[in-house]
Amino acid sequence: MAALAVAALIALALLTAKPVETFVVLPSADGHIGTVVVQRGDTRQVLNQPYAASRFGEAEVTRISPTEIDRNYAATLHALPHRPASFLLYFVTGTDDLTEESKPELERMLAAMRARPSPDVLVIGHTDTVGEEATNDQLSAQRAERVKGFLIGIGIPGERIRTAGRGERELLVPTADEVDEPRNRRVEINVR
Amino acid sequence: MRASLALILFCVSAAALAADAGEIKVVQGSAYLERAGERLALKVGMPVRESDVVVTGSNGTVGITFADNSLLSIGPNSNFALERYVFNSTTHAGQFESRLNKGTLAGVSGKIVKQSPEAMRVHTPSAIMGVRGTEFVVQVGDKH
Repeated sequence: MAALAVAALIALALLTAKPVETFVVLPSADGHIGTVVVQRGDTRQVLNQPYAASRFGEAEVTRISPTEIDRNYAATLHALPHRPASFLLYFVTGTDDLTEESKPELERMLAAMRARPSPDVLVIGHTDTVGEEATNDQLSAQRAERVKGFLIGIGIPGERIRTAGRGERELLVPTADEVDEPRNRRVEINVR
Repeated sequence: MRASLALILFCVSAAALAADAGEIKVVQGSAYLERAGERLALKVGMPVRESDVVVTGSNGTVGITFADNSLLSIGPNSNFALERYVFNSTTHAGQFESRLNKGTLAGVSGKIVKQSPEAMRVHTPSAIMGVRGTEFVVQVGDKH
């Protein structure tokens, strides 16, 4: 009878067992701490401290030690791909010639490609705030396409290059509208 | 006629490229991808698309870089589904819905989240995690 009761309890526990779920916020490589929000039914937990953890069945946000992170998640964290690296290239106005300052930047970009097992390249064109937004979208896309041609010319396979035009949305040097700012007319390259 | 066929082929391949959400950058141990009912061997350089499911064995790990520079890694004994991925490279608007059914997931948020906080979400059997910009780990398992 007692054995039956125990068996019934175990069966009940198995039936009601839910997977143990853990959510943890980690400090990023540059020390920045972000935020995640965990929503379970009606409860909402905000994690915005380093190593803050939300665990299923625990009402409070807890903390996990870096040692525990390493013990439980080292294999997973180790599989994160290389961080995308960003490079800025400037060209002599109206030409496909890199400015003197951009030549070492191109070397750094190529080194980042060599460091990755399957590198792909995203070329992002940016404009300054002179002109209409739609025109600048087009201009930045064309600028990115031209640089893609340049990269193909130095031996990077075209199928590994994508382009994007951000127009005037991401100014390197913040300015008012309609400001001619050469530093904003640039091409950014993400190596991933 | 020939020219129009070439044009069609070009459009198809361009569309396929646009549909790629990301790319496999890391594969270790046993892991495969389920796509449209088929089981595909995972290789570095392979594209990842909406509705793909990544399954890893006891020694398997997989790393993916997404179009918006988000990074994800899937740990051993895991089942991870990419449910929805949309990214506009001009505006950075997008939607990134994934589901960890089992196992471990680590991530670094990218451009989608920078533009729209919480547009990147990880669903688990009991919760939804919205990412506002950070690095994180999620585990769905049976051990305490």
